Amino acid sequence: MMELFVFVVAAAMVLGGAIGVIVSKHPVHAALSLILTLFGVAVLFVAQEANFLAAVQVIVYAGAIVVLFLFVIMLLGVDNAENLRIEPFKIQRPLAAVVSVAVFALVVTAVFVARDASTAATGTGLEVLGDDGTPIHDGNIKALARDLFSDHVLAFELTSVLLVIAVVGTVLLARKPRKADLQEVGS
Amino acid sequence: MLASIVTTEWYLVLAAMLFSIGMVGVMVRRNPLVLFMCIELMLNAVNLTFVAFARQNGDIGGQTTVFFVMVVAAAEVVVGLGIIVAILRRRPTATTDDLAELKG
Repeated sequence: MMELFVFVVAAAMVLGGAIGVIVSKHPVHAALSLILTLFGVAVLFVAQEANFLAAVQVIVYAGAIVVLFLFVIMLLGVDNAENLRIEPFKIQRPLAAVVSVAVFALVVTAVFVARDASTAATGTGLEVLGDDGTPIHDGNIKALARDLFSDHVLAFELTSVLLVIAVVGTVLLARKPRKADLQEVGS
Repeated sequence: MLASIVTTEWYLVLAAMLFSIGMVGVMVRRNPLVLFMCIELMLNAVNLTFVAFARQNGDIGGQTTVFFVMVVAAAEVVVGLGIIVAILRRRPTATTDDLAELKG
């Protein structure tokens, strides 16, 4: 019963935040709604035995990424709210609604068809048990670390290269060009 | 442990709803920053399905994939926001409709 309650509350947070992101006029409000969604997803991660990922979700997404969004909004000026009444193409919104409902129906159909057709036995969950049969409290982190640093160690190292490239690229992109460079281009 | 009321399908349907909402946002909104937030919504929906399947199949590999998705999403947001800052610094009121050409 507790699990159902947690799921319903977290799902309400996720969906409410998501609706808030797409209907709010102001980018700041959209970013704050995004935080709500991300926290809801973190709660669902905990409910599904992904404790480490829930912590990473809160720190990286709700902490770093949303703060980055807010930082850029503040940097570019906070008062340019979008007028949602302007609709550049007449049928854009009905078409978007139809397409997304169709995708939703397709995915849900696939989920239930696959569940009925599946013959694979479901696993027993991820909660790693100790020698005496009781769950280890940090079993999730240990299992994740073992998988990450044995099977996926090359991919793990490559992500560090990716992050360095992203940082260097962003610094180059966001830097204001010096006057000497501009003259060089102009001449 | 797994014999609970809330089965994997509930999480998958919730993730499908979250993905659809994000897709509506990407198709309807015109502010590039809000577009990025909607892409984050879609990435989170996919992460949710990965975690749900990892639990159902008892395989930690799904959670490892979510970890990598988060890293790539962080890098993507950093580069994307750099591009948006570079564009909007030159044209402060630009929407995505104004950015139809590559010329600065």
